[in-house]
Amino acid sequence: MNNETSTREYASVNVTSGGPPVEMKGVQKAFNDRVILKDLNITIHNGENLVVLGKSGAGKSVLIKCIVGLVTPDAGEVLVFGKNIADLKNKELNEVRLKIGFLFQNAALYDSMTVGENLRFPLKHHFKHLTEKEIKSRIYDELDSVGLTESFDKMPSELSGGMTKRIGLARTLILKPEIMLYDEPTTGLDTATAKEISELIVSKQKTNKTSSIIITHDMACAKITADRIVILKDGVIESEGTYDELAASDNEWVRMFFN
Amino acid sequence: MALKKSIKVRKYLFIDMKTVEPQIKTVEYFKDLFFNTGEFTYFVGRFFKELFRPPFFPREFIKQSFQTGYKSFPLVAITSFIIGLVLTLQSRPSLVEFGAESLLPGMISNSIIKEIGPVITALLCAGKIGSGIGAELGSMRVTEQIEALEVSAINPYKYLVVTRVLSTTIMVPLLIVFTDLIGLYGSYVAMNIHTDIGLRRFFTEALVHIDFFDVFPAFIKSFFFGFFIGIIGCYKGYNAKGGTESVGRAANSAVVSASLAVFVLDMIAVQITDLL
Repeated sequence: MNNETSTREYASVNVTSGGPPVEMKGVQKAFNDRVILKDLNITIHNGENLVVLGKSGAGKSVLIKCIVGLVTPDAGEVLVFGKNIADLKNKELNEVRLKIGFLFQNAALYDSMTVGENLRFPLKHHFKHLTEKEIKSRIYDELDSVGLTESFDKMPSELSGGMTKRIGLARTLILKPEIMLYDEPTTGLDTATAKEISELIVSKQKTNKTSSIIITHDMACAKITADRIVILKDGVIESEGTYDELAASDNEWVRMFFN
Repeated sequence: MALKKSIKVRKYLFIDMKTVEPQIKTVEYFKDLFFNTGEFTYFVGRFFKELFRPPFFPREFIKQSFQTGYKSFPLVAITSFIIGLVLTLQSRPSLVEFGAESLLPGMISNSIIKEIGPVITALLCAGKIGSGIGAELGSMRVTEQIEALEVSAINPYKYLVVTRVLSTTIMVPLLIVFTDLIGLYGSYVAMNIHTDIGLRRFFTEALVHIDFFDVFPAFIKSFFFGFFIGIIGCYKGYNAKGGTESVGRAANSAVVSASLAVFVLDMIAVQITDLL
């Protein structure tokens, strides 16, 4: 199936033609007295893979949670397809969420369901018109694309770390999102598996033509996946550029990530 | 944090901290209490708001009813049988002494149907179901499964809370009905150790002293027991914060709070029945 056609079939939110899928303007967020994001401005362009780097507690995860409406900013605007997330009512927010895929750090598979049920659940919930045969075929297609068709009947507890991430990715992609948010996709994986996951992210981005934000500490993952890298420090952007540009930077703090 | 702030302010004002600290702690305690009460009230209110709104999750409701009802049945059945048996064996000597042994079935049925059956079953369910729900939802919260539902545009409250609370509200009263019957059967077995009494005669004698106004309030209060066991378990698990230790804390807190709620509700029910 053509990807553009399937995307249109899947969601009813109007995409602002030509505009950036995600725009953050002057976003601020604090938890109690601790300021996490200070006047943050980020734009993600169509089809771009943006990697966000930063030390632990720099606000990277908060940033992507603001985009999907899990965290509400104290000030500023988070525009997704031109719509301010904070102004959306529940129904509208859910329509926007359907166009965003979120891969959690530990994949967050529903542990009371098998792999097949994990993929079936969101699909069945949102696309009631699909027949059982169609659902099953889409699940197998998605599992095939991450190379794990044999895991259909397995429980999440039976999967390895890499397999869990792949299934998490398949579950997210089965709804054909236009924006993908990855929260530390390679954390806790060995080097070889981390590389496989990074390459899978790139291949999926090319196939599905998604715009992605990848939060990571893993420089190998950043090198494979990034079209552009943003480095956060104390809630603001410290530096921005391609992998090679930043690797050649004179900024001591930026170099720390590359060494 | 607020406590630290107020401590700093008092240090600046040269107030002896040892004298004011207990008062500050008391104020903080009541502040937390009011905050939690408000939050719980909102959580309960949301249940009724979401209950009648689509989408519905019948499969999840059936699954939860199976978990809470069918899987709790053996525990509840064995306990109620033993309670009926023990209650009869311990009450019999006193009644025999006064020559009122024939009143034993009536006395036991009154105790079991009006009080012991509902309360003991509710306490068992608070332990088994309440802790199970608290731990399950708590673990889903700390492993970001609840957030995963939310970002998939699936209402986690409807899917997790409404289905579970509805199933406990329906299943606990059903378990109580079975508890009463099995408890009475236990009593019948105990009676047969000393006297020879037929099952039909035992039940006739047991139920002749029971009327509608004995059964009805007990049945109604069992719905409240079920509702509060479910909603407290869900509230504790759904709002679990922190790492894996919060899962245990949620489960433990769910059992304690639900058990306490059962006693408070029972006391209120008895007072209302008494007034009627």
